Amino acid sequence: MDSAVEKLPILFLCILLYIIVLAIPSVRKNGLRSKLSPLIPIGAFLFFLLGFDGNKQTAVLWSHDLLPTQLSFTIDGLGRLFALLITGIGSLIFIYANGYMKGAKYTQRLQSFLLLFMLAMLGVVLSDDLIMLFIFWELTSVSSFFLIGFKNEDEASRKSALQAISITGLGGLVMLGGFIILGEIAGTYAISEMHNPETIATITSHAWFTPMLIFILLGAFTKSAQFPFHFWLPGAMKAPTPVSAYLHSATMVKAGVYLLARFSPILGDTPVWTIALISFGGVTMIYAAFQALFRTDMKSILAYTTVSALGIMVFLLGMQSSDAIAAVSLFILVHALYKAAFFMLAGTIDHETGTRDISKLSGLKTAMMPLFVIGILAAWSNGGVPPSVGFLGKDLIYESTLAYPGLNYLLTGVSVGTNIMLFAAGLLVGWMPFRGKKISHKNLQLPAPSLWVPAAVLAVLGMLFGLFPSLINDSLINPVANSISGQPEDIHLKLWHGLNTVLYLSLLTMGLGFLTYLVIRPGAGMLGFIESAERFGPRRILHGISHGFIGLSDWITKILQNGKLRIYLLVILGFLVLILGYVVLAETTFTIDIDMLTNITIYEVIIVGILFISVFLTLFSGSRLAAVAAMGVVGYTLCIIFVFYSAPDLAMTQFTIDTLTVILFVLVLYRLPRFIRLDFSPRHILDGLVAIAVGALMTIISLEVLQRMPEREISDYYALNAYVLAKGKNVVNVILVDFRGADTMIEIVVLSIAAIGVYSLLKLRLRKNEKME
Amino acid sequence: MNTIILKTASKYLLPLLLLFSIFVLLRGHYLPGGGFVGGLIAAIAFVLHAFANGLPHTQRLMRIHPGFLMPFGLAISAVSGMFPMLLNQPFMTGVWKKDPVPVIGSLGSALFFDIGVYLVVIGASLTILFTISETR
Amino acid sequence: MEILLAITIGLLYAAGIFLILRRSMVRLIIGLILLGNGANLLIFLLGRISKGKPPIIPEDSKVFLDAYADPIPQALILTAIVISFGLQAYAIILVKRAYRVVKTDDIEEMITTDEI
Repeated sequence: MDSAVEKLPILFLCILLYIIVLAIPSVRKNGLRSKLSPLIPIGAFLFFLLGFDGNKQTAVLWSHDLLPTQLSFTIDGLGRLFALLITGIGSLIFIYANGYMKGAKYTQRLQSFLLLFMLAMLGVVLSDDLIMLFIFWELTSVSSFFLIGFKNEDEASRKSALQAISITGLGGLVMLGGFIILGEIAGTYAISEMHNPETIATITSHAWFTPMLIFILLGAFTKSAQFPFHFWLPGAMKAPTPVSAYLHSATMVKAGVYLLARFSPILGDTPVWTIALISFGGVTMIYAAFQALFRTDMKSILAYTTVSALGIMVFLLGMQSSDAIAAVSLFILVHALYKAAFFMLAGTIDHETGTRDISKLSGLKTAMMPLFVIGILAAWSNGGVPPSVGFLGKDLIYESTLAYPGLNYLLTGVSVGTNIMLFAAGLLVGWMPFRGKKISHKNLQLPAPSLWVPAAVLAVLGMLFGLFPSLINDSLINPVANSISGQPEDIHLKLWHGLNTVLYLSLLTMGLGFLTYLVIRPGAGMLGFIESAERFGPRRILHGISHGFIGLSDWITKILQNGKLRIYLLVILGFLVLILGYVVLAETTFTIDIDMLTNITIYEVIIVGILFISVFLTLFSGSRLAAVAAMGVVGYTLCIIFVFYSAPDLAMTQFTIDTLTVILFVLVLYRLPRFIRLDFSPRHILDGLVAIAVGALMTIISLEVLQRMPEREISDYYALNAYVLAKGKNVVNVILVDFRGADTMIEIVVLSIAAIGVYSLLKLRLRKNEKME
Repeated sequence: MNTIILKTASKYLLPLLLLFSIFVLLRGHYLPGGGFVGGLIAAIAFVLHAFANGLPHTQRLMRIHPGFLMPFGLAISAVSGMFPMLLNQPFMTGVWKKDPVPVIGSLGSALFFDIGVYLVVIGASLTILFTISETR
Repeated sequence: MEILLAITIGLLYAAGIFLILRRSMVRLIIGLILLGNGANLLIFLLGRISKGKPPIIPEDSKVFLDAYADPIPQALILTAIVISFGLQAYAIILVKRAYRVVKTDDIEEMITTDEI
């Protein structure tokens, strides 16, 4: 038997292969590939049912010395129960989806995503390594994003999908932080290696224990939709019903519960854990149950009862007592059974009648007898009425709350209140649409077996396990409890405990629950009231943050990207002046060694004087021609400066280019508008200040550089070798055509491109709207 | 600008300036000058001629569109750069004829490279200027 | 003389920047040209200036016998001058074409690409 866990990769590969097979688009709707898809989860279910007995098995498949993390799987009672739920309910969901999606588009795509999701969930519950667990965890978020947003033409669907992935993905990232702290404290990333008492003591006494725990709890709470992160789950009801049935009964939302159960033996015995889980779970279960009571949409009711049930599980995991652990072990199974049945029921009714609004449905009993039976059985189990398995679960819940030291009255009260409301909510879904003589929808027929048999299987199992608890006691529930508590537990599920407080509480729950059901009339009024309560809280904060971000970026964009060249330039130049100016002022000595400089002659002063005058003419001339002419003069004076200071090549080039530029301007100029004459304004002062600052900075920098010794190593090399290597005596020209010939090559290419650019800009035919001159 | 003096002068100036530009090009390796300056002087020569006689006249005189000088010049430069590679030397290595040629001096690949530059500069600047004067 | 040239550089930069901050596109291009001139002069000055010593090897020698001006800045500036001609030509034509399409050379009216 010990090799079964090592066969897991083969199973994973098979699933992956079929995901790819399904992902290849098919011409036919509901082709053979989608009809055969239930075989995959069925096969996996049999593998987990027959291949394992609930004893712990761990297999390290791959590891590397340099990596702290490894590829390893572990399977124990807890993992096996989850694997069985994932694949077992998965099998039924796949059969159901084939019926539900008959004739619809993209059935294969849906099944492909569902299989991917199943693979990710199996990875979460079977991984032994923290990092691997995280990767699969995020994969469930990603694949559920595709599933929730499956109706991608619908904006609300896309929004809910995005909401779900933001919440769970964000929680997952926080959780990763927790995992890394945990892994570093424990010295190992393998969960199975953390169970020995010394490691647990190291972890729980570490200074970083509390932040680590909070990080991990945030991951679990977001995934399992605990208040105040619960709002993504009701939103996720936009998904097709098979998806909701799968994600919200047994898998996605239970991942958080799984995580808490998995870490319960390691982190559970601490005050933070207990306080956080009991308070968050308690608030979630009673708040969500209340919210469920006034909904009219069947899926909405189920969504809130799911949140409430998740709250119960978290609550129980917080208590840590033997009874609570037994209760949660059983409740995971119980909830999956009845909730999946409920969801499929709601989906089938929706599929047949076109509505899920319980206030518009009545009298369906006559046409859909089997569905009515399913509804009653599921409500039975949900309400905890004997002899269903739900009764066993609720018994254990009350036993554990009653035994909790100190707070037993409060906790019991909360549990009883929650269960009363859940009881009524179950009846709303399971009974209300069927009762009455008035038939709301005509011409209803019993739907195809694939639309109700899977739900019937689950509903009957719920009853069967209740009647014969021994079926699951030793094989399923006890190993789970062992995993959660970390030590052997001894559980004996039985229906009859005798006349005790628990039984009275159960009777009270049923009575008050039924009464509530009779009194409650879901309708628009109450709906508006409770939805207003939902509008506050974290959902609003989340929306506020995202809207705030959008507004902020909008504002920044408007400020910075305003399309005004002047502002862009001012920002860039201002920044340059500040940074460069600071450095220059801090480093400069402001001493000038006159001896190093060349002397001044009168000619040079005259030339520079002409240059100054021309620059001012260019700046302030109102005539375009004068400005261009003055600009030309600036170029010619530079040319003369080059002549003075031993640069004949430069002088020649500058002269010719300057001439050509002026010609160019003159050719174009009279086609261009006159200068805009603007009166002197404050912006001139600002621009002038910035301009003067940059100019002064450049002057200071050049003077400063002149005080330092020049580096002439490269120049000397070129000068020495100009004739020896390149047989040229004009070093500038030798550099251009020989030493740096490749650069010149590129330069003439650039020049050609500029010419071609000019040519195409002018010669290309104008478009129609440009011709309106 | 269509004065008789300029017209007459440009008739003689064009060949003179072109000759001068080639002179500047060839002596560039030893004295101030080279492909860039030479090319620009040649371009100015043509522009001057166009000013005096009108653009169509100059274009007729040139026979080909100046734009074609650009690929031609680029090709010469590229080939002269690649020529050393035939002799198993790196790209752009200077290769020289042993004996100096009268008037030009040493004949080498760098000179052909400079001629390529010369042609590209003429082609590019004339393309720009002619295009602009054509499109009014 | 270097001090004078350094001040000239500052003036060219300041004038160039003041012009590119104006609303008229023609002024923008003139500003660009002045900036280019300033940059060329800056490179030239930083290579140290000297009178009457062009980087040309004397007729009857194979190497420099005397001090000589630094050839590298000169080669750089020569390249820059030629390239800037291409840039200026392209910029001028762009202005011309833009004026033809949007009927304005006021940069502040050209803040969107969508309205053409």
